[in-house]
Amino acid sequence: MAAQLDMPPDMPPAADPMARGARPDRAGSREHLDVRLDGVTKAYGHLVAVDDISLTIERGEFFSLLGPSGCGKSTTLSMIGGFAEPTYGAIYLNGVDVSRQPPYRRDVNTVFQSYALFPHLDVYENVAFGLKRKHVDRKAIERRVRDMLALVDLTGFHDRRPAQLSGGQQQRVALARALVNRPKLLLLDEPLGALDLKLRKQMQLELKRIQSEVGITFLYVTHDQEEAMVMSDRLAVMAGGRIEQVGPPDVVYDSPATEFVAGFLGASNLMAGEVVERGGALARVRLDDGLVVQVARGRLGDRGPRVKVGVRPEKIQVLPAGQPVPEGRNSLEAVVAMTAYIGVSHQYTMEGPDGRSFSAYAQNLGTGPHPARGDRVRLCWHPEHTFVVEPSAPRAAEESSA
Amino acid sequence: MSGRGKARAGAGSARAERAPARRRDRRIGKAAVPYLLGLPSWVYLLLFFLVPLASMLALSAAVGDPIVGYSYGGHFAEFLDAIGQYHRQLLRSFYYGALATLVTLAIAYPAAYWIAFHGGRHKSTYLFLIMLPFFVSFVIRTVAWQFILADQGFLFGQLKSWGLISDRFYILSTQWAVIGGLVYNGLAYYVLPLYVAIEKIDRRVVRAAGDLYADPASTFLRVILPLSAPGVFAGFLLVFVTDVGDFVNAQILGGPGTYMVGNVIQDSFFVNQDYPMAAALSSILMFLLMVAIFLYARAFGRERIQEYAA
Repeated sequence: MAAQLDMPPDMPPAADPMARGARPDRAGSREHLDVRLDGVTKAYGHLVAVDDISLTIERGEFFSLLGPSGCGKSTTLSMIGGFAEPTYGAIYLNGVDVSRQPPYRRDVNTVFQSYALFPHLDVYENVAFGLKRKHVDRKAIERRVRDMLALVDLTGFHDRRPAQLSGGQQQRVALARALVNRPKLLLLDEPLGALDLKLRKQMQLELKRIQSEVGITFLYVTHDQEEAMVMSDRLAVMAGGRIEQVGPPDVVYDSPATEFVAGFLGASNLMAGEVVERGGALARVRLDDGLVVQVARGRLGDRGPRVKVGVRPEKIQVLPAGQPVPEGRNSLEAVVAMTAYIGVSHQYTMEGPDGRSFSAYAQNLGTGPHPARGDRVRLCWHPEHTFVVEPSAPRAAEESSA
Repeated sequence: MSGRGKARAGAGSARAERAPARRRDRRIGKAAVPYLLGLPSWVYLLLFFLVPLASMLALSAAVGDPIVGYSYGGHFAEFLDAIGQYHRQLLRSFYYGALATLVTLAIAYPAAYWIAFHGGRHKSTYLFLIMLPFFVSFVIRTVAWQFILADQGFLFGQLKSWGLISDRFYILSTQWAVIGGLVYNGLAYYVLPLYVAIEKIDRRVVRAAGDLYADPASTFLRVILPLSAPGVFAGFLLVFVTDVGDFVNAQILGGPGTYMVGNVIQDSFFVNQDYPMAAALSSILMFLLMVAIFLYARAFGRERIQEYAA
């Protein structure tokens, strides 16, 4: 596939020299290709949809904006696409301030949530639309459209109208229609939201493959944390118009910066407490019910004294009560309140000493009996697996529990 | 139908045979429902369209006069007479009709576009305002224009007294007055189908055009205009057909030089009482309009329009 495609000139080795020469229009933009948001704010009257966001996206990166609906992620995307103007702040594409440019002047294309294909044009004309508006040579249009439709696996569908395509096919037309223009940046607004689960999983991998093939920067908006984790190089978790945390999926998952992130990205067991000892390799936090939990010093940072410590359910080991706890682990005793078997793992909901509920996932590796409802068990986990967040304002806490 | 089913049951055929037969009957009954529902319209069409049409066609080939009565003979020379005597009025009607419809389109499109895209919460208010003059009788509205455009009326009389226009300036009884009247009277009939078509356009598709490097002009030409084609098409038919057959505007706002075929037909019926001539002219007008519509549909009414209008 890669051989058929002619790659953007700013992409390393694979691009052939002929293709480079064919597109002098891009020659000037080679040295530094990125997206930068600088204090971007969007207010609708008193309602602040996006609140002072600053962000840099590297070229060729697959970057996701992740958050619940109403968190401002789509508004942010709209502003980058040029459909909304920031109230304050600036958006730089490739070092140039484009905040006031209309969308048709920006070298950015969008895959819309609803696809928004042109109903009166067939697949070929839909994909050729952008190139025709840019007055690309007719022969080049033909070649590029054909190659692009091959890339998204729609060869032979050229004459179909959008209404004659399935949802997944429409989705790929929308992607081809945007990508064929070789934008500096591709914006994707929950493009898989309308597909069923199986097709969505398949398209996630497909999108990732296409992105690595064409090497264009993808900015992906989604509320689906798994989708964001599967595809992204980096992601930003947004809530209430602000960015809560930016980083690679594993870092954000393992070390959530805020209570909101801990709750939104995956599940967490969070416990409020007070830092009682910060010295040494392990810090100690006394929970409100008196239990003392050890935390790797590096993960505490300068937070405190009031903090919340958390541990992911899959990091918790469930042992029968009375069995010795491995050295140096945090541990507490609990009663199994509910078990759910989901094939690869068992999910347990447990009740801790003061009625607090814990969840833990255990992979189904062993052959022995599993703890059953009502059993007394001992939960333990490594101090390295304990993370610490600042207790957040009540509003965000509410959202995270939702 | 149920009667037939009962009769069959009474005939004493085997039970096993009876059940499917009745089911078939019920199926026939079900299939007939749409036709039965359509029956009133069919009767209506027959009584008020096909019968008069046939009698008009028959009348156009008849000889005689209202006093001695008509004998229905194959006097088809009436058609040639009609064309020979009134081809100028026929052509004029089509010319006025086409011109007026185009001008109507030029005024109605921006209005419908603006209401559909920028009308906000007040869309229905704006549509109502467009419709408002049409609550007044057609003739009264046209007479009002006669009053406004009168040579010494409050508009031109005032302008003339200020010396802004020549004393000899006039509009009434020119073709511009007639075409203007046609445009005015057809406006709402064009705005409504256009509004419906434009309103239906998905804004996200318009947004996508902007995203794909289409400036506002080419967004309009490549996306909005083609997607509103069903409205342009429907409105054109509606307004063109009424305009070509119109006689009120020419009568009230026009003069001897602006006679349209509708005026000739009216005169033939009610002034000269030359019914065969009136009927022949009506038939010719109808035939020509059908040809025009057919050609128009062939040129613009591609199946596509139906396809994506749906």
